[in-house]
Amino acid sequence: MEGMVFMDKYITVPFDDKTAKELKSGDYVYLTGTIYTARDAAHKRMYEALERGEKLPIDIKNNVIYYMGPSPAREGRPIGSSGPTTASRMDKYAPALLDLGQRGMIGKGKRSEAVRESIMRNDAVYFAAVGGAGALLSKSIVKSEVVAYEDLGTEAIRKLEVKDFPVIVVIDNEGNNLYETAIKDYRE
Amino acid sequence: MRCIHVDEIVKNVKEMCIEANHFLSKDVDSALSYAQQSEKSPLGQQILNQLRENLEIAGEDMIPICQDTGMAVIFLEVGQEVHIEGGLLTDAVNEGVRRGYVEGFLRKSVVGDPLIRENTKDNTPAVIHYNIVAGDKIKITVAPKGFGSENMSRVFMLKPADGAEGVKEAILTAVRDAGPNACPPMVVGVGIGGTFEKCALMAKQALTRSLDERSEIPYIKEMEEELLMRINKSGIGPGGLGGSTTALAVNINTYPTHIAGLPVAVNICCHVNRHCIREI
Repeated sequence: MEGMVFMDKYITVPFDDKTAKELKSGDYVYLTGTIYTARDAAHKRMYEALERGEKLPIDIKNNVIYYMGPSPAREGRPIGSSGPTTASRMDKYAPALLDLGQRGMIGKGKRSEAVRESIMRNDAVYFAAVGGAGALLSKSIVKSEVVAYEDLGTEAIRKLEVKDFPVIVVIDNEGNNLYETAIKDYRE
Repeated sequence: MRCIHVDEIVKNVKEMCIEANHFLSKDVDSALSYAQQSEKSPLGQQILNQLRENLEIAGEDMIPICQDTGMAVIFLEVGQEVHIEGGLLTDAVNEGVRRGYVEGFLRKSVVGDPLIRENTKDNTPAVIHYNIVAGDKIKITVAPKGFGSENMSRVFMLKPADGAEGVKEAILTAVRDAGPNACPPMVVGVGIGGTFEKCALMAKQALTRSLDERSEIPYIKEMEEELLMRINKSGIGPGGLGGSTTALAVNINTYPTHIAGLPVAVNICCHVNRHCIREI
């Protein structure tokens, strides 16, 4: 986005729809507060729990899920390397969770049209964290605790306490998609 | 005849798994440095700066560069005058991977069955490719492969009539489709020729070539350079968020093929292009 000024924003998580509406595609956002991790296997279990009419193992309302499975923590550290995984693998499950009030997702890569529509319908937001920067991102994670599906190992659901965790708004509640707009600006 | 004990294989593979996941080789490091200077997008520059900072933290604090510490892909070039003693070579390689991933705090990302999907908890088995060569040494290449980019890789069985233009279009299609999913800036490994499986293997091997080493075949060298330029004009940029650095290198390997075919494989790797090479 040549010539465009990116806004740096600092917000606390979880957050409500009012805050989500203020986040625009292209904004650079620092998250502070509590987020949850879940990737392929945990999403599959949550989705199947909902299909059986059971409750989710976490309160999802206004919360942000980080698509991430960390490497093991060395002694004295809260977590190991912790960068985002490819979000499209969660596309099958994301709309059902967004409809239950999940406010945000952190991952990397493209999303399906169904996910984009669900983001708009629910005033949610899709953030990207920088893929392959797991050592750097781990420095913004203060605390990590497994809260569900411990048997899944790296794929268990973790509750993370984050401080100024850096993300970029890719899809905002109006459906703007930075992956589509930014590429056009630099295509020759 | 030279005897090499399996313990030496175990020790080296273990060390190499840990080394590859914490330190990028010099060629990848300098390609990233060059990109930092040439990137046109301010956000792209910011992302490249983060990647640089990430590499420094990884090395200093011994935190893996990426949490996806990969499936361990290992190439062994075994000199035919070498005799392995003390056990099976394959077992030794897997034991090295097991120790490297468990003792090195690397993520265990391997499931024992592709559909039942239970984690093996020690990142084994590795994917091992053997080649018998002249001499009395063993060359080991450890290349842990992350799956964000592996999932975006492709094989195209082109027709001979598609020619060089068809090959280029196939490579550009794979890169465009990969886009932000493959954690750009990416490295593009290509295999042209051979058979269905041979071109895929060549594409993987091409990723272990130094990024600053061009093909010795003049027209392939030109193709590598032309494709890199065209890929970097796609606009995808660092993190897929727009910019002029989409790929760090295009490495193409070739092999003779059949009169009826033109196989092309594109193995995409993220900027964490890990390859650690030792000769014992």
